[in-house]
Amino acid sequence: MIYIHIFLAFFIPGVLGYGGGPASIPLVEQEVVQNYGWMDSREFAEVLALGNALPGPIATKMAGFIGYEVGGLGGSIVAVAATVLPSLMLMIFLAGLLYRLKGTQKFETLTTLIRPVIAILLGLIAYDFIFNAYDASGTVHTIFLVAASFLLLVKFKVHPALVIIFGLGYGALLL
Amino acid sequence: MHFKIFWVFFKVGMLGYGGGPSSIPLVHKEVVDTHGWMTDETFQDALAIGNVLPGPIATKLGGYIGYLQKGWLGMVNAVLATILPTIILMIVLLKLFTEFKDLEWVQGMSNGVMPVVGVMLFVLTYEFLAKAKAKTTWHFLFLFTAIAFFMLVVVGIHPALIILLIVVFSMFRREGRV
Repeated sequence: MIYIHIFLAFFIPGVLGYGGGPASIPLVEQEVVQNYGWMDSREFAEVLALGNALPGPIATKMAGFIGYEVGGLGGSIVAVAATVLPSLMLMIFLAGLLYRLKGTQKFETLTTLIRPVIAILLGLIAYDFIFNAYDASGTVHTIFLVAASFLLLVKFKVHPALVIIFGLGYGALLL
Repeated sequence: MHFKIFWVFFKVGMLGYGGGPSSIPLVHKEVVDTHGWMTDETFQDALAIGNVLPGPIATKLGGYIGYLQKGWLGMVNAVLATILPTIILMIVLLKLFTEFKDLEWVQGMSNGVMPVVGVMLFVLTYEFLAKAKAKTTWHFLFLFTAIAFFMLVVVGIHPALIILLIVVFSMFRREGRV
């Protein structure tokens, strides 16, 4: 039974996350935190933090770890397969057909309308994380960390892994 | 050949930072420039098809290229090489983290990293909105986002349902190229 839940929790983001792995982050959060309650929002933030600090695709890292947490090795395999296989199978079997969709009105409408939805979901999680941080660390530390990581990431284009390490170090020493 | 496939996608998985989409140039470099498994054109086609579909792009691209080279076994090989090393790292490191969770400074690390991840997600939020803006007007984007926000947050409709509605609606759009 648990495997069916794990499968569904990652199958849905896998077939609806338009825009690659990052688009599936909020959809996975929806299932894992809100729907099944396997993790709280802080634990999910930790998974994302480490996921962003490590190389490689983010969707499979999330699936592999969360699947493992919930259902051991079998859970991990089910979660990763549910993330990867549906769209990969479609690609292999329907390559010719799908190629004709590229650049059509239908497909442009689809991606243009889905992106704002994904953006809202991402924004909501971001808000949630920063609000949690404010709860745990207070105003001054939170404002400093938000401002510093924004500047490092956007203005100085510092590597995300380094910014994550900066956050971990700051927290270890000062929080 | 299988060893080569594994090595190529192992490197792609281990060197691509920032999720799957950022590893596309790496795949291109290995598959087209270094090994000549694909021409520039067939690679662009594969990428275009991959982008028509939902789900993570790195495994779609890797799996497809592995399949073209060496059939089903090639597909499995490429996908595992892309994802397995980082999944194992992820499990080991997070388990270690959980082990020491009660220590005060480890708790501090968790607190310190949270706003950083929050900012990263806000940057992603902006990128998704900016990409949508490139294809439509501010007016429409604002109105549509407001309606979607209302349905998601106030009414509490499951995001999967809203995306499904958009997929169905889009498929009824008239034919033709943009």
